[in-house]
Amino acid sequence: MSNLSSTKNTIEKILRPLDRLSANPNARRVTYAVALIFFVSMILIPPIIGVVLKWNLIGDTLQNPILVARAESAILASFAIASIVSILDLIAGLPTAWFIVRRKAKWINVVDTLADIPFVIPTVALGFSILVFWSQPQGISGLLRIESLISPGLGLIMLLHFAFSYPIIVRIMVGELQSYDQVYEIAGRTLGASSLTAARTITLPILKPALVSAFLLAFCRSLSETGATAVVAGAFENGPIFIRNALSSVPPQQGPMVLVSLVLIVTSCAIFAFISILGPRLRFPVKKVWPNFEKRLSNPKSTLGRDGLALIVFAIFVAIPSLFVALPGIIAFTDGTVVAAFTGAGVWGVYWGSLLTSYVVALAATLMNLLVGFPMAVIITRRKFGTQVTALLNALISIPITIPSVALGVSLSLFWTAFGNLPELWTLILVHTTITYTYFVQAMAAAIESVPEELESVARTLGAHPFETFRKILIPLTKYSIFSGAIMVLTRSVDETGATTAVLAATSQIKTAPVLLVNWIRNPASVGGQSVVGLGVLFLVLTTFISLLVIRLVLRRER
Amino acid sequence: MPEVRLSEVSKSFGRIEAIHHFDLEIKSGEYICVLGPTGSGKTTLLRLIAGLICPDDGKITFDGKLVNDLSPEERDIAYFPQQYALFPHLNVLENVAFGPKTRGVAYEEAKTQALKVLETVKLDQRANAFPRELSGGMQQRVALARALASGAKLLLLDEPLGALDARLRVELRYHIKSLVKSAGLTAIHVTHDQREAMIVADRIVVLRMGKVEQVGTPYHIYQSPATLFVANFVGETNFLEGTIKSVNSVGALVELQDGFRVKVQETSYLSGEEVVLAIRQELTSLMPVDYDGENAIQGEVKAVRFLGDSIRVEVILVNNLLISARIPISQVKIYPKVKDKVAISFKPADVFVFCTTARGLAKEIEVI
Repeated sequence: MSNLSSTKNTIEKILRPLDRLSANPNARRVTYAVALIFFVSMILIPPIIGVVLKWNLIGDTLQNPILVARAESAILASFAIASIVSILDLIAGLPTAWFIVRRKAKWINVVDTLADIPFVIPTVALGFSILVFWSQPQGISGLLRIESLISPGLGLIMLLHFAFSYPIIVRIMVGELQSYDQVYEIAGRTLGASSLTAARTITLPILKPALVSAFLLAFCRSLSETGATAVVAGAFENGPIFIRNALSSVPPQQGPMVLVSLVLIVTSCAIFAFISILGPRLRFPVKKVWPNFEKRLSNPKSTLGRDGLALIVFAIFVAIPSLFVALPGIIAFTDGTVVAAFTGAGVWGVYWGSLLTSYVVALAATLMNLLVGFPMAVIITRRKFGTQVTALLNALISIPITIPSVALGVSLSLFWTAFGNLPELWTLILVHTTITYTYFVQAMAAAIESVPEELESVARTLGAHPFETFRKILIPLTKYSIFSGAIMVLTRSVDETGATTAVLAATSQIKTAPVLLVNWIRNPASVGGQSVVGLGVLFLVLTTFISLLVIRLVLRRER
Repeated sequence: MPEVRLSEVSKSFGRIEAIHHFDLEIKSGEYICVLGPTGSGKTTLLRLIAGLICPDDGKITFDGKLVNDLSPEERDIAYFPQQYALFPHLNVLENVAFGPKTRGVAYEEAKTQALKVLETVKLDQRANAFPRELSGGMQQRVALARALASGAKLLLLDEPLGALDARLRVELRYHIKSLVKSAGLTAIHVTHDQREAMIVADRIVVLRMGKVEQVGTPYHIYQSPATLFVANFVGETNFLEGTIKSVNSVGALVELQDGFRVKVQETSYLSGEEVVLAIRQELTSLMPVDYDGENAIQGEVKAVRFLGDSIRVEVILVNNLLISARIPISQVKIYPKVKDKVAISFKPADVFVFCTTARGLAKEIEVI
């Protein structure tokens, strides 16, 4: 006990000079300026500048009409898939979120947990799971005694994107519906509106900002997905797969790669800005009320039918296909593959190495985020540079998640090669920092926002210096969020495939686990068959699952 | 204890001018109440003194020393926000010991000091409780203990009773004042509750739209409101518009709408000037309809409101003006009824006379 106390005192003594230094307004300005400069120079500019630097390579590509037509259809396919899937997700996910929040039964917690499964499973593994379920004999095709119910291609990509975007919609809408004050809806009901009318004319318009951001996130996620899409794409090409194919050809086709990356970056940013600005002004198209018809649709039978349909869609298209990831892994436990895996024999040595690389990169990216992301979150939530700059920063900070990750990877790779000629591993860490930065800063900003500024003001008037206030008030009150934010960054980084593919050359000695697994899934024979692939995927799922379990435990403790 | 002085202090947020050329001198050990409606700049004023925001213009001095550039932790103050801002991750004792600790007092010593202060607010038995385990009143006392234990000489209280229920508010306002006085602190207490200000303040500063309307003792503010706004905001007042018809050495005659004439004990106006008369409701009497004494106007009872210790009778006068009289319950002999014919009367000495302004009466007394 006294050891602990003396350690605390020693730490206090070390930190005292920093506390005193923070009282100097210039020192504070420098700290925030460093965070801002890091954001602009390392996060914001490189993804945009990278492809612009190689602008000259596009000329030759534009001379090739076949290549241009291929690129054009790939880009259009990307946007079409993202738009259709996001709308379908909204239609299917909203009733499920409603059902989870409004129905009172313990078993609904199971639905709530199952809805998170596509979140828990790394996208490469999810792609593998969906491939097995819809296309391979171990899945539904075997049950129907046909070779492949849905072959790899556009259909399977749509099913995959629907499955991984679905939890985004459900999670956001569940959160919003839980914090929504039902008093408005009750007021509407007492004024004669049926439950459907009240939901349609009162609740949904109030929750419009959440609906817009849920749609946007699902849209960006779909546009960005590369690794899992590669698993289920077959010969079909969307934007990210086009870039991936250009990268993996020998020698890499830089011109087409830069062209498609540039178009994806510019278009996705424009669409994001367009929806962000116009979304909140969007009015719900149907204002008319059909009292009798809507009353009939609000009766218990109709409600039961709606909930049942939502659950069936969820089970068939999301939950069951996602859970199929476990099946090949379980088979591997019975046929002895697991022994080879743990002894590191054959391909398993490379696999464990790649998993280690994934975690080293993820840890480094997490650390970088902790150092520079936290001050940025403080800048945004406490409006250190004024309201207008804060609004601008808030918008700019979303850019890295708006840009498709493979295009981001191409651009960052070109940028860091041109400017730093950094080793691949360092470039990879910087790329992963960029990709995860938005998630971390937004999570931290939400956590800091929940701490009333008055607490810091009072601490200051009681004699605490700014840094002392930061470490004695802000850090203890946000420590669980910091921890869970860090694990979220770690998980996202381990899961990352698109940008990683763009950074690591086909001949590179460095491989992360998802990148390696994409190759394994596309060519299972090269590694010894489906059970090796299944087990490899299962190990990746387990490591991610443990990380997310830790988040849940931490957040439960916080509550 | 510091003497606080604000000279020509201004603060704007964008186009909104929250504090405008503000002057105030607060004596050592004084308990000042800043009274004003929502949006009048009270909290901004407090945050300026606390150093949580910087003035755009003007000087703030403590004991003659300019503190404009001093950070909050260097000002030797304790800020007490409306929701108390007790640190949720620290228990009661740690909350109270926070101030001494950050000011360099050794941990054990800080705890001893904190316990002593907790005894004075009778919460030493709850030293290990966390803020969420305490009632609103207890939280308020912990916040007060934290402020007292910090050793601060200047206490800044931002609506300190605002989050409490009515009964507790009444009890705790005396408690705060006595604790502050016994510790010999200077206190600036912000409130929009005129009754609270009247009871606790040594002096009241009435604030409106970032400007001082009047500074004075509660008695002075009540007895001699400097502006129509103060007359309306402090106390309950009837307003009548009229024109000075004649002036002599003892008073003036004012003609109201429809030719009614009333006497006032005011000689500084000239004949023909347009004025507004302000009469406290409790100094307005309800008389029988045939009463023909001084300043009697006949009318009909429009509404009667029972207030517990008194009743308020709203009367529509024959000239269509609405006037209210507040009568202590002990003086109510016959309970008036709606549509009763009555007369309203007031003494010339009880009438405040103000010049009319171009903005008009409604704008002058507007509370927003």
